[in-house]
Amino acid sequence: MKKIEAIIKPFKLDEIKKALHELGVNGMTVTEVKGFGRQKGHIEFYRGAEYDINFVPKLKIEVVLPDEMTDKAVSVIQEKAKTGEIGDGKIFVYPIENIIRIRTGERGDAAV
Amino acid sequence: MKRLLSILMMIGLLSFANRGFAEDAQVETSVPAAVEQTAPAPKVDTGDTAWVLISTALVMLMTPGLALFYGGMVRRKNVLGTIMQSFIALGVITIIWVLYGYSLAFGPDVGHVIGNLDWLGLKGVGLDPNPDYSATIPHQAFMIFQMMFAVITPALITGAFAERFKFKTYLLFLVLWATFVYFPLAHWVWGVGGWIRNLGALDFAGGLVVHISSGVSALAAAIVVGKRKGYSKEPMMPHNITMTFLGAALLWFGWFGFNGGSAVASGALATSAFVVTHIATAAAALSWMIAEWMQRGKPTALGAVSGAVAGLVAITPASGFVGPMSSIIIGLAAGVICYMAVNLKSKLGYDDSLDAVGVHGVGGTWGAIATGLFASKAINSAGNDGLFFGNASLLSSQLISIGAAWIYSFVITLIILKVLDATMGLRVDDQSEFVGLDHAQHGESGYTL
Repeated sequence: MKKIEAIIKPFKLDEIKKALHELGVNGMTVTEVKGFGRQKGHIEFYRGAEYDINFVPKLKIEVVLPDEMTDKAVSVIQEKAKTGEIGDGKIFVYPIENIIRIRTGERGDAAV
Repeated sequence: MKRLLSILMMIGLLSFANRGFAEDAQVETSVPAAVEQTAPAPKVDTGDTAWVLISTALVMLMTPGLALFYGGMVRRKNVLGTIMQSFIALGVITIIWVLYGYSLAFGPDVGHVIGNLDWLGLKGVGLDPNPDYSATIPHQAFMIFQMMFAVITPALITGAFAERFKFKTYLLFLVLWATFVYFPLAHWVWGVGGWIRNLGALDFAGGLVVHISSGVSALAAAIVVGKRKGYSKEPMMPHNITMTFLGAALLWFGWFGFNGGSAVASGALATSAFVVTHIATAAAALSWMIAEWMQRGKPTALGAVSGAVAGLVAITPASGFVGPMSSIIIGLAAGVICYMAVNLKSKLGYDDSLDAVGVHGVGGTWGAIATGLFASKAINSAGNDGLFFGNASLLSSQLISIGAAWIYSFVITLIILKVLDATMGLRVDDQSEFVGLDHAQHGESGYTL
């Protein structure tokens, strides 16, 4: 089992969700996050006062999958999240030791 | 000391209550007595009364509107503290207005500077018209209409010291400021016998009394209270501009009562004031937005609503005296002038956090000058002609009244704040400022997960 964690541009969420759903992924966690990487921040003005916004708003999506689906899911996310500009985000893949479904107590792949 | 104060307050309240009851009895007996008199009894006009009562409700709504307008512009940890500073003025000022404020502001004149104490506890302020102030509506209708102005004015000042003022001190500041700044100024400008009124200066709905007084006091407050911790080092962005927008919308809506109701009658003058209020506001929203667009490259929502408020402020003193075309010019200029004033703030180095000085002080001053330029007897025969209508003397009266309101408000506010600083302290401690007023002063949070 693997967990895919991806930082994406917020407006890409719907496309990615749809593509993953078609792949057979039927669960996902989404969090609003802020951060910075190579994409520089921007300046906002409030009544003439300038503010340097260093942290850019992004979405973090988390999906847990059986091993054999991982590569496909990663390439789907990469394909859909890509605009070709700096700030498209990153995808992280982690090994998962175990999964427990709280309601039934199922473990491992059965609980994905 | 505290106990003594509360006992004194109780005694005061009780004695007022006695006066009040005596007065109630008088009202009942005086009505038939008035009918017997041969002099034509002043008659209550139902249309006028309806409009003034509705206007009163509209102006009341402006104070919660201001709470939202300011509340959206602070950081989220201070949203409730900021809202409370505006809202609680409805509580404090209402009570002192009834106890002695109305009497000091509008009661029989003493030396052209203050009203006497004849109307303490609204004694003699009944349901018959008062020929001086409200010839066609019950005196109490005029009294409560004016009360709403007294409520919102000190709340406007809070923009200057947002996010750092101690609530307990603020409550006393409200009482002192209303007593020593607002009531006298209202008497000078609007009270029968007041020296600015006698001078012939025009202030239809409160350019001097409300906006210059609060805006200039805000300048004194920003200087005495000092900057927020981390000002100009860390970001202090508005946390919810949609809330600010809603507040601005309520202010615009309520201002129809503020200016239109200041005709104290329903009819031609109220309509004229209503119309020019709207036009100037629209013009100022556009001009602030465009000025900012040209300078910064983006037309901001906060800029557009700030411009609208600047326009409302500027048209206030002029609203009963100018025509539609003049109001466009007053509004367009207000948006640009206030935008420039707000930008100047960072260069001058004081932390007027929500721009009470730049919008109310500067906008109110421009409005009072504009009244001296654009007023026309063709609009209001009881007014006067301004410079552009062939009369220079009005402008000089306006300038004298502006100077007087500036100096008086600034000096008295400075003294009040210095005294409060020495006795109670003005600011919350550093730790409280860091965690925010909501938690530190009020024990609650504006938002939960």
